[in-house]
Amino acid sequence: MPAEAITGIVESLRRLGAGLTNAVARLGFAARFLIAVIVRSPTAFRRIHLTLREIYFSGVLSLVIILVSGLFVGMVLSLQGYEVLNRYGADEQLGMLVALSLVRELGPVIAGLLFARRAGSARTAEIGLMKATEQLSAMEMMAVDPVARVVAPRFWGGVISMPLLAALFSTLGIYGGYLVGVKLIGIDAGSFWGQMQAAVDWRQDITNGIIKSLVFGVAVSLIAVFEGYDSRPTAEGVSSATTRTVVASSLAILALDFVLTVFMSRGVGV
Amino acid sequence: MSRSTIDLWVGVFVVVGLGAILFLALKVGNLLIVTNTPGYHLEARFDNIGGLKMRAPVKAAGVVVGRVERVRFDPKAYEAVVTLRIDPAYQFTKDTIASINTSGLLGESYVGLDAGGDTAMLKDGDRIAKTQSAVVIEKLIGQLLFDRASDTTGGAKK
Repeated sequence: MPAEAITGIVESLRRLGAGLTNAVARLGFAARFLIAVIVRSPTAFRRIHLTLREIYFSGVLSLVIILVSGLFVGMVLSLQGYEVLNRYGADEQLGMLVALSLVRELGPVIAGLLFARRAGSARTAEIGLMKATEQLSAMEMMAVDPVARVVAPRFWGGVISMPLLAALFSTLGIYGGYLVGVKLIGIDAGSFWGQMQAAVDWRQDITNGIIKSLVFGVAVSLIAVFEGYDSRPTAEGVSSATTRTVVASSLAILALDFVLTVFMSRGVGV
Repeated sequence: MSRSTIDLWVGVFVVVGLGAILFLALKVGNLLIVTNTPGYHLEARFDNIGGLKMRAPVKAAGVVVGRVERVRFDPKAYEAVVTLRIDPAYQFTKDTIASINTSGLLGESYVGLDAGGDTAMLKDGDRIAKTQSAVVIEKLIGQLLFDRASDTTGGAKK
């Protein structure tokens, strides 16, 4: 084998190793960052209006997109579900189909994805820009801890908003499903709700959905504030950090959803 | 934007969000029936409950009238003891038959109640005397194969 080819292979192996070490190092940094945020949270909560302000920016301002998407997802689900169920003469199961798929999966996941795009990217850009314009360094100069003053409120604002947004998404989705199923197609309202209530379990379905949305909230908020805090302090660095936030949090939501579903469905039975 | 406006909006958001969770719990998950409605209990003993699980529906004429609350094994009688919680709006006669059915060929198991003609009604804590156990498909197939096998060997002897 020529020496050139061997050095080529060695070089690509080295690049692979460097990429992997870098990724692991960033993961460790992110975990330590999470601990730092939680440790400094009591300081942040002493000035609670900072967190309330962040709930306003990531929660209240995301309401419109969450509510409208929820309504449309529910309506589409109802239409498509009816197509299939009607084939087996099981139209009345529509309520169950819509409610279960929204409460278990679609509510937390789609609300999480929308939340990552709508609020997560904004958080990253905000913190990244603060870093680029050296506002964070200025705070440190004034003996104000930027993690407690800037990062922790944004983190908790996201964590608190996310489960509420997911629940609203599911609720609006079920209402959209009701509108299409009962008002438009003409399924009996009693069996629509009755089948839903017989099938949806508080512990297995709704609580698990809330747990999922809470986990997604932590993941998206952590990725958003971490990417912002870790971004290169240039215009390009902020833009690439924002992109990374959206990509990483979307992947994190989908992967975590799978892992959580595996654990939750193992608990079924007995 | 002033701080009080933000506080107001956040308050509205939290209230609406918690309201959504409450809606999911009460209207969609029907939590009230499960925990708060008193309901009365009936007991039924089966030789075999098949795939019956806790919280499985109890149906009369196909309508859900209650839930399976507890399933336990009686080690003395070698029977399964199933406790049913029935909606107090519904009363059943003393000679009601409880059977374990499956919705569809592969659907979930449920307890079916078929009322009889008795005038006395079942009260809280009563036992349903007449029960019909679950049909276990494996046993059914096994029996069928056994019958066929004995038929053919019997035919050969003749």
